[in-house]
Amino acid sequence: MSDYNFAYLDEQTKRMIRRAILKALAVPGYQVPFASREMPMPYGWGTGGVQVSAACLVPEDRLKVIDQGADDTTNAVSIRRFFEKTAGVATTTKTTEATLIQTRHRIPEEPLTRDQILVYQVPIPEPLRFLEPRETETRKMHSLEEYGLVHVKLYEDIARHGQIATSYAYPVKVEGRYVMDPSPIPKFDNPKLESEAIQLFGAGREQRIYALPPYCHVVSLDFEDHPFVASKADHACDLCGSNSTYLDEVIVDDAGGRMFVCSDTDYCEGRRAAGHLGRLAAPLGQENAA
Amino acid sequence: MYVAVKGGERAIENAHSWLAEERRGDVAVPELGIAQIREQMALAVNRVMAEGSLYDTDLAALAIKQARGDLIEAVFLIRAYRTTLPRFGASLPVDTGEMRCDRRISATFKDAPGGQVLGPTFDYTHRLLDFKLAADGEVPPAAQAKPQEGPVPHIAGFLNRDGLIQTEAPSDEAPPDLTRDPLEFPANRALRLQALTRGDEGFVLGLAYSTQRGYARNHAFVGELRIGRVAVEMELPELGLAIEIGEVELTECETVNQFAGSKTEPAQFTRGYGLVFGQTERKAISMALVDRALRWRELGEDNLAAPAQDEEFVLSHCDNIQATGFLEHIKLPHYVDFQSELELVRRLRADTEALHEAAE
Repeated sequence: MSDYNFAYLDEQTKRMIRRAILKALAVPGYQVPFASREMPMPYGWGTGGVQVSAACLVPEDRLKVIDQGADDTTNAVSIRRFFEKTAGVATTTKTTEATLIQTRHRIPEEPLTRDQILVYQVPIPEPLRFLEPRETETRKMHSLEEYGLVHVKLYEDIARHGQIATSYAYPVKVEGRYVMDPSPIPKFDNPKLESEAIQLFGAGREQRIYALPPYCHVVSLDFEDHPFVASKADHACDLCGSNSTYLDEVIVDDAGGRMFVCSDTDYCEGRRAAGHLGRLAAPLGQENAA
Repeated sequence: MYVAVKGGERAIENAHSWLAEERRGDVAVPELGIAQIREQMALAVNRVMAEGSLYDTDLAALAIKQARGDLIEAVFLIRAYRTTLPRFGASLPVDTGEMRCDRRISATFKDAPGGQVLGPTFDYTHRLLDFKLAADGEVPPAAQAKPQEGPVPHIAGFLNRDGLIQTEAPSDEAPPDLTRDPLEFPANRALRLQALTRGDEGFVLGLAYSTQRGYARNHAFVGELRIGRVAVEMELPELGLAIEIGEVELTECETVNQFAGSKTEPAQFTRGYGLVFGQTERKAISMALVDRALRWRELGEDNLAAPAQDEEFVLSHCDNIQATGFLEHIKLPHYVDFQSELELVRRLRADTEALHEAAE
């Protein structure tokens, strides 16, 4: 692919995106408008994340791409191949080996380090969007720090259901200032938003970039008498036996039989390689033979 | 025993080669050439160029072929290609008053200087399937006349001589560029027109139609609709003068709309404007109606809360590449979020059941 620049975007565009990223890091949680480009994959399929990754990648990087926590989901495969082709960077499925991780809907289980960048794909960056559809209004609300509406929504959840009925894309407050949408990660992942790594959020169609610098203070919104709970399925992983990871529920037969497995496939494989075995797991070598 | 599914990569490759085979169709049927699409599917080519914001008939024809005739997919291919092109400058504004018109009609005047020129139009054809075309598409040559020379003044200009139609304030301000700056509101008229001209034909048509049916009615007359070729000129700093670098076919529509005025301000007609690549008159007329509806504030009209008046609503949703991408992304796996919802609903149900049991 010699017809395209390194990592697809031209250098001017990358510079424009890097400026937006720097501004986003300087004002944590604030949504910075940027002139999102039309990418060769559809809007809504990670164009924001792809542009942020393209602006951050250097030839020495080792890239990991996950969707739903898995490296082998179709769109993760597609985006990884895009950068293999256009940037020629090394890729990996191992969280610990990656220098840049692009993700959709999950934060890896393995704590990230200061040498890593986590790039999120964001569909709707505005945490107030479903309370107020107008951008002109929501920008005003952010500038006035007018977040009462979010608390009213959470309160109404409790009044109706007895508890807060938001299970993913759970809103957070960043450094005591901006309310931010952490992208549609399950709220189980919210505590991991306080991290050593740089976290960048790219929304291509909505033309916004925002960021969490390392060690940034991130609080999930809640009430004193209804504190935030990072919930997950009440099971252990049937493959690696982990009790502390986010689980997918898999239907395994026509009778509705089901099993629970780690959504972070790399973490699960690592545990099995280290000898941990869940309820339904075969040792790793035998599984490959099957 | 459960074996994790690991087929993503191979499945994608196989899907793509199947797609390529389906695109070609029955190999016993001759393959479509780019020139055939360009010449015989010209209106599809025009739509792809207009919504793709790239004037190149061969590339648009290629995109249509590659997209198996799915025009939104073809627009997408053109847009993705367009972003990779270097920009070496901007042309001068084209002068549609110098257009070499294939078609020029006015609904507001019985006749106009130069006459009404129908051109190659579907208007007044009877929409009867022509079964002869299925066997043989050859046609006898159409009658010819000498093309008109010289400038073709705009009909609205005649009205304007008497001050009967509102004058657009001239401006030397560089128009904003939708493809290089993030869309921010409020948008000025140049930006709105830019969004509309590359907006989805169906969406803009629906909005325009809604104004006709009373959602912010602004009763539009087609003051003039013209289709033809204009020269594209560029100033070259090395030469210090403008030279013609090519020509494009355009459809331009100016509507004459209901008048504004009061006891003190003399009554005046107002305008809507549409300008689109290629022969695309349904789109150009729709654009003019929506443009006019969006001008309510500037013309001192009431906000009737109609969709076509709401610039944030119109501009945020008229782009079919954004719309189709976001709509279709719900095909992607969402099982992590669904799992968290599943847990939540189970927990809520357990709470209610416990409550019912306690009551019994």
